[in-house]
Amino acid sequence: MVEAVSGNYLRQPGGIKSWLVTLDHKRIGILYLAGIMTFFIFGGLLAMLIRLELLTPGKELVDANTYNRIFTLHGAVMIFLFIIPSIPASLGNFVLPQMIGAKDVAFPRLNLTSWYIYIVGSLFALYSIVAGSIDTGWTFYTPYSTQSTTSVVSMTLGVFILGFSSILTGLNFIVTIHKLRAPGMTWYQMPLFVWALYATAVIQVLATPVLAITLVLLILERVFGIGIFDPAMGGDPVLYQHFFWFYSHPAVYIMILPGMGIISELISTFSHKKIFGYKAIAFSSLAIAFISFLVWGHHMFTSGQSELAAALFSFLTFLVGIPSGIKVFNWLATMYKGRISLETPMLYALSFLFLFSIGGLTGIFLGALAVDVHLHDTYFIVAHFHYVMMGGTLMAFLGGLHFWWPKMFGRLYSEYWGRIAVALVFIGFNLTFFTQFILGGRGMPRRYYTYPPEYQTLHDLSTVGSWILAAGFIITFAYLIHSLIAGRKASGNPWGSLTLEWTSPSPPPTENFVGTPRLTHGPYDYDTVQIERGQV
Amino acid sequence: MDSTGTLFLPPGQSTIAPEVDALFNFILYTGIILFTIVVVGMAIFVVRYRRRGKEKPTTGSAQNLKLELAWTIIPTILVIIVFFWGFNIYLKMHVAPKDAFEITVTGQKWFWSFDYPSGASTVNDLVVPAGRPVKLLMSSKDVIHSFYVPDFRIKMDVLPNRYTMTWFEAPQPGEHNLFCAEYCGTSHSEMIGRVRVLGEREYAEWEQTSGSGGEGMSLEKYGEQLYTAKACVTCHRIDGVAHTGPSFLGIYGESHPLAAGGTAVVDENYIRESILEPQSKVVAGYQPVMPTYQGLLDNRQVDALIAFIKSLKK
Repeated sequence: MVEAVSGNYLRQPGGIKSWLVTLDHKRIGILYLAGIMTFFIFGGLLAMLIRLELLTPGKELVDANTYNRIFTLHGAVMIFLFIIPSIPASLGNFVLPQMIGAKDVAFPRLNLTSWYIYIVGSLFALYSIVAGSIDTGWTFYTPYSTQSTTSVVSMTLGVFILGFSSILTGLNFIVTIHKLRAPGMTWYQMPLFVWALYATAVIQVLATPVLAITLVLLILERVFGIGIFDPAMGGDPVLYQHFFWFYSHPAVYIMILPGMGIISELISTFSHKKIFGYKAIAFSSLAIAFISFLVWGHHMFTSGQSELAAALFSFLTFLVGIPSGIKVFNWLATMYKGRISLETPMLYALSFLFLFSIGGLTGIFLGALAVDVHLHDTYFIVAHFHYVMMGGTLMAFLGGLHFWWPKMFGRLYSEYWGRIAVALVFIGFNLTFFTQFILGGRGMPRRYYTYPPEYQTLHDLSTVGSWILAAGFIITFAYLIHSLIAGRKASGNPWGSLTLEWTSPSPPPTENFVGTPRLTHGPYDYDTVQIERGQV
Repeated sequence: MDSTGTLFLPPGQSTIAPEVDALFNFILYTGIILFTIVVVGMAIFVVRYRRRGKEKPTTGSAQNLKLELAWTIIPTILVIIVFFWGFNIYLKMHVAPKDAFEITVTGQKWFWSFDYPSGASTVNDLVVPAGRPVKLLMSSKDVIHSFYVPDFRIKMDVLPNRYTMTWFEAPQPGEHNLFCAEYCGTSHSEMIGRVRVLGEREYAEWEQTSGSGGEGMSLEKYGEQLYTAKACVTCHRIDGVAHTGPSFLGIYGESHPLAAGGTAVVDENYIRESILEPQSKVVAGYQPVMPTYQGLLDNRQVDALIAFIKSLKK
């Protein structure tokens, strides 16, 4: 083993400029991490404002127009600037080449380009906030978005540009996974996170262009008055919904699939046991990616689409749920007879199992046509997608971040504070969003600035939950930053994991591995390989 | 008929509601069972197989075809049941009985108006007879709205370029919230009406009097009634606080700067023009969002509203 502390990727000459022109996938991953965390904090502050405003049935802080802008921005920022790029572009970028034993992604320059496109897209989105903001909801439904006087064009242009960042990252990952695996690594020896990133990349490449086209049509309609979606100009507003969800439903899986990949890594590593049903988990990712293209109409059960279309979409929606269920049961079976340790990343994985199960099961209510009619566009939907996106993807992201943090920065964070933060996040999350299932079931519509007084108690509980949640996140940021300055040095493999990225020192050298890594065992061979954990 | 509701559902007050609730509860209880299996399993494994002492290789098996098949096939069967069940009720929601009583519904920013076969029309106040199927033929004048009555478990988007239909039958007299469920801008959350279900005799009485234009009432009194009934109240307050539109308190006789430049004195003609052609002279500081009331108000009603606004002195 070569002493690599002076040669690690973080400590390269050139200062800040060396970061801005870097072609190293690890550094680009860190750049993405900085970007998405900034937007996560911003989107989170907006969420706190929303909850604060809803503390009383009437006006609390801001007026109706401001409130409408705040919830629109919260959605747009969290979806397009945080959650879609979050896991693939930051953790995926950092860890994917290392996991398959490669020195970098297939197209390092394209990778840096993706980051700059992300930044340019973000600037457009930020510009729209300065230029009067936007009040259409993150879905930009027509004809409201055609008629709104707010800065719809700059925001949609921003989202259009961000799409290209997503497409190029996806393309890069697909080629990397096909071409750059270490000698001897067959498809079935790839870690499951790599399978998940592969399935995600396929959706990114195939679905995102449809969003781009839709937004271009919307911009053309607004700027040149070409009637496509607005009936006042001879267009059809429901056509917009079809186009929009044709991307945005698969996009839900762009968000959740990488999270599922991380959970596979965490459950196996911290149960110290071979993953149960490797092929079932790998193929369920591909099945989800495929079926996800055929279910967009379930966002439109009350839009007046034909009963036959509604029936087909409902049926396919139930089918896409099955592979997710398969994964949950396989993770559970992995824990059976394992040797389970409960460090922070595993606590996030267990939180994921708990919350994602609720998120998935409540999806069955919404897939059932007659029940969806009652629940559509209520807080039940809000609760459901926060359980999936936040209880699922965000928990997985935080789990992955805590898992790979020692590898990224060579430092260990405080396990004590880590556990406290998980507990706060878990309790705060459930208080914030479980109450919203009840609100929605009882008829509270979403995107309401004021509401009838009978809903106040539940809204208040939800708001208190958001404070506990925020406390958890603040603590997390504090101890992670603290660890960079004063954390104990991490060994190469603090968790005793068997995937390839743990064979290099922490942080890894610029070229990832000294020489070409040789595969001596599979990623989850805990039954045959004796592995010592580093100092934890 | 469930009249108290459950933790997750308000009281069901239409003929379709008990069917929807039965499916809701089936999914709820099945879901609770599945969730318990996952979480209890998780908890037991964490306690039972907690890591102690030095690392040793684990030997538990990593595949089992029978298990994989079991947890693929059982959930598939369950969701297929739920699919057919849900589809069946959905079809009933979409086919109105032939003898249904038909009411035309118009959604616009930010109120609902209803036209009845008798020729009566109401705003934000849907009045229907109990025990008779009511079919609603709906369209929008501007953006997409959505007609939602939680107690009836019905919801249908209201579109600007085509008609959509929903129907319900409420067996019992009572009052229910009507919400707009599709985001439609500034006062989306105030696009709230009510559905009043009346007994047979009360409904007949209402039909008799609804056509009357406030006879026997002073213009001022009638205007006060219309202020609420025609949904002026959604955007204009009468306590001096600006809302989506200006407050009516004391504005009569005042001179207001206009968004397009110049000023306008609030007199009878200005108020009349602002009701019938709201976009022509918008007061500075407000968005041009008010819909026209052309066709929704007759002359006497416009007179009454003017009298009411004149009566609001500071």
